[in-house]
Amino acid sequence: MSVLGIYRPGDSVVHRLPAGVKLLALAGIGAVSAFVHAPAPAIALVGVAVLGFVAAAIPAAAAARQLRPLLPVVVLVGAVQWFNRGGPAAATTVGVLAALLLLATLVSLTTPTAEIVQALVALVAPLRRFGIDPERVGLLLALGIRAVPQIVDLARTIRDAQRARGLTADPRAFAVPLIVRSLRQADLTGEALRARGIDD
Amino acid sequence: MSEIVFDGVSHDFGAERVVDDVSLVLRERRVGIVGANGSGKSTLARMINGLVEPTVGRVLVDGLDVARHGREVRRRVGFVFTNADNQIVMPTVREDVALGLRRHRLSRAEVAHRVEAALDAVGLGDHADHPAHLLSSGQKQLLALTSVLVTEPDVLVLDEPTTLLDLRNARDVVRRLTGLRQQVVLVTHDLTALDGFDRVLTIDAGRVVFDGDPAGAVAAYVAAMA
Repeated sequence: MSVLGIYRPGDSVVHRLPAGVKLLALAGIGAVSAFVHAPAPAIALVGVAVLGFVAAAIPAAAAARQLRPLLPVVVLVGAVQWFNRGGPAAATTVGVLAALLLLATLVSLTTPTAEIVQALVALVAPLRRFGIDPERVGLLLALGIRAVPQIVDLARTIRDAQRARGLTADPRAFAVPLIVRSLRQADLTGEALRARGIDD
Repeated sequence: MSEIVFDGVSHDFGAERVVDDVSLVLRERRVGIVGANGSGKSTLARMINGLVEPTVGRVLVDGLDVARHGREVRRRVGFVFTNADNQIVMPTVREDVALGLRRHRLSRAEVAHRVEAALDAVGLGDHADHPAHLLSSGQKQLLALTSVLVTEPDVLVLDEPTTLLDLRNARDVVRRLTGLRQQVVLVTHDLTALDGFDRVLTIDAGRVVFDGDPAGAVAAYVAAMA
């Protein structure tokens, strides 16, 4: 089961690839995409991403569920590009953006969160000589990941309390307690780390 | 057992004195602390682990001044919070238990072995890769306890560990405490949890108003509430 509820267990070739390989491939394709200036290679990148989903046997509905919240951004970027630089440039930008979003989603859908964190820790290991502690980087990532469901829970609790008191249309009554309680939660996490001797 | 010394300890939160001139030596295997909300009992317990430092006086664990030797003391003293959600800081059950072993400089294989054994011992072995935030309240408190016990502390301080649990889970936690080899300092409102304890302190307005057997401490607590 995934910490963030995104990972879909499977036994496909994409699932079996080491997390570090997937992350490096994603970074590599991201770097290459900077040199894509025409619609055809952009569409080819989208094709590569779609092939990845097919190879991973991810149902289209599951992929769409992850990508739907990002669609407005893609549409907005495409519209701005169309207005400023014309159709081909818009198609190129949208194609590259869509391909990268699809590939990032594919990595998330086929890799457990813990493996992503471990891979990132391994990838930053060479930076130890520059004073960067890879274990600390991993701890920061893990704490960040752990904070997501905590803040979602906080938001849900505050929204329920708002509803119970008939304050559904007051964004301030939502935002202020959410920020205050999130900061309080951060304090408590720091206290727990101290109590457990982490960072001593 | 370890020796926990409170030597003329007071603690102020702002202008308010929440612990007032407490001097104690705790050597017993099972020590309970009871008292009303805001009486200072949690502050007292937090001083043993160095989460709170005295404004006046010293707290010593096996001769080590907690304020000056916090790192060494925290290796000896594990702390369990009331709300396990505040204590569990890692995304998955396995990672949270492994976190405490970071400072022990063990091999990966040894960490994996210890984590697995610890989780199996409390029946959470099947949940090792489960997101910690999706566990039940009882399972979370067991995880919090396991994450501390896996580091093999000499002393275990628990600050109202059963307050947020239903009766079954509360009894499960108390039952597990009974079998531990560690010296236990338990802050609680659950007076039945103190059965068989060697020594129980009743705290009121930051002072120790009773120090003795569980029955006497409960009577003193009830009297303080009257």
